[in-house]
Amino acid sequence: MRHDKYPLKAGAPSGGRPLLARVRNSKYPFIVGFLIAPVVLYVVFVISPYIQAFQIALTNWKGISATPQFIGLENFTRLFEDEVFWAAVRHHGVLLLVVPLATIAIALFFSFLLNLSGGQKGAGMTGIWGSKFYRVVFFLPQVLAVAIVGVLFQAIYRPDETGVINSMLAKVGVEPIGWLIDPDLALWSIMGVMIWQAVGFYVVLFSAGMSSIPKDVFEAAALDGAGRFTLFFRITLPLLWDTMQVAWVYLGIAAFDAFALVQVLSVDRGGPDNATTVLPLEIWRTAFNFSKFGYASAMGVALFFMTITFAALTLRVTRRERIEF
Amino acid sequence: MAANTTGTTSAADPVHKPSPRTAVPHARRKRSRNPIGVFGTLSHVALAIWAILIIGPIVWTFLASFKTNTEIFGDALTLPASYGWDAWGRAWEKAHIGQYMLNTVFVVACSTAGTMLLGSMAAYVLARYKFPGNRAVYYLFVSGMTFPVFLALVPLFFVVRNLGLIDTHLGVILVYIAYSLPFTVFFLSAFFKTLPTSVAEAAMMDGCSHTRTFFQIMMPMAKPGLISITIFNILGQWNQYLLPIVLLSGNVEDKWLITQGVANISTSAGYEADWPGMFAALSMAIIPVMVVYIVFQRQIQSGLTSGAVK
Repeated sequence: MRHDKYPLKAGAPSGGRPLLARVRNSKYPFIVGFLIAPVVLYVVFVISPYIQAFQIALTNWKGISATPQFIGLENFTRLFEDEVFWAAVRHHGVLLLVVPLATIAIALFFSFLLNLSGGQKGAGMTGIWGSKFYRVVFFLPQVLAVAIVGVLFQAIYRPDETGVINSMLAKVGVEPIGWLIDPDLALWSIMGVMIWQAVGFYVVLFSAGMSSIPKDVFEAAALDGAGRFTLFFRITLPLLWDTMQVAWVYLGIAAFDAFALVQVLSVDRGGPDNATTVLPLEIWRTAFNFSKFGYASAMGVALFFMTITFAALTLRVTRRERIEF
Repeated sequence: MAANTTGTTSAADPVHKPSPRTAVPHARRKRSRNPIGVFGTLSHVALAIWAILIIGPIVWTFLASFKTNTEIFGDALTLPASYGWDAWGRAWEKAHIGQYMLNTVFVVACSTAGTMLLGSMAAYVLARYKFPGNRAVYYLFVSGMTFPVFLALVPLFFVVRNLGLIDTHLGVILVYIAYSLPFTVFFLSAFFKTLPTSVAEAAMMDGCSHTRTFFQIMMPMAKPGLISITIFNILGQWNQYLLPIVLLSGNVEDKWLITQGVANISTSAGYEADWPGMFAALSMAIIPVMVVYIVFQRQIQSGLTSGAVK
């Protein structure tokens, strides 16, 4: 056994160890050494751009060689009068309402089926046969790149008879539908893809939440005569509230994004006729196609405030007492 | 009393009537067994429909890569006449999918390694050492998760440009690492907090330096968490679309990553009328990810939910 080279002397400050040993093993050089690379990288590429974005939003910077001039809040007043900006915001509103609601409802339904609908067996509730397989399959769209999913659905949504959906409709005698070229349908088609991709993630999330509910709760309720549905609505759902809150916030933040899907799937990048444009797409276009960097940054700032407001509101409104178990 | 009444409804037994508590569940169970049959079938139907909705498009794309151009413009629901691999060959060569794949593998490997190294170093220090500014640095990292990337897009482009890193893989790698740090630090510091201090203390008493303790003792103990987060980072960075199209312009097509490559092919396929090639490219982009997912799906699902579910 190795003897401690510097046995601690009772009563002596710093354990009585010689100075050299203290300095060599001191924690501060270690802390700095370990933190410096990540922090520097992070500040340069993340923090400083975020701060600069606010600055640039207050200028009228219009090109790589132009010099920016401070124009105060003029970009924002122009933003208020911009038709396209408000169209994008309206679309975000629709996305925000439909996508979280639909995704959570569908995911809850499938989680219920996979976890609790098998009836009571022994000590707890079990899922339906094959739940493991379904869970693996359902999660698959999440691991695909959004851009890839977009290209994939281009072929499915093709507006003539060669599109996959339209082919199937043709078999039952329905005329082909212009999924992405009809201004009224385009946004809904894109939302369908978003929901398609998101459901699996939330099935897994809710399943994990359901399995963390202790079995005694279910047992007690079942002993009192509760059937499967009562169990779900009166017990599982309230206990899952925290997880559902998290899901709502995540989905809402995704509703403010939708960049890759709209860029790849929509006609004319946000068409037809601005029927599907979203703010991230507008920011990207304004900045990199039109070089209006000041204006684009102002849009970024507006997007940021909308996202933060949504997250804060959701957390506040859906707050309930934490149930500890 | 207990011996006579557990489990059995002895309706004929006048003396020991079964207590209400044990009788009712039994009766309920019997009554509800019939609806279970119908409900069970409906559930399977619903689940199967969704499973088809998911597998369907992917299988269709895969099959379409074997069709010829005219077949694709015919009925979408027929099987290909022959299963030649020429579309795949064309996608690999002419459409440079091979190049894009190699680029993406290189970039993602470097940036995941960098993210995990720097992220775990930062998370370890933040989780286990008290020093002035610890909380400030931690919140600085974590708050990065709440900001939309689009806010920083324009200045980021210029920062990278001023550093001369536009159109380079190094620029992309550094940006990927920087933007993956918040998530990594957040999860890993929570994880490091759960590791026992006794082992580290024993090591230090034996004269191990902080660095050695970290690399040789704490990191191996954190392996499950590290594996989950590594997989997340790999998937997330492989699937990046926005950052590559901003940082790697059209001047350096040979450096492009696979997501932007495939998206670009979809627009040019319209002009060159090589749809099977495009579907082959799409399949080539999907299959590696699917394989990684199927192999690691248990780690992915458990790692994901351990953080988000309280």
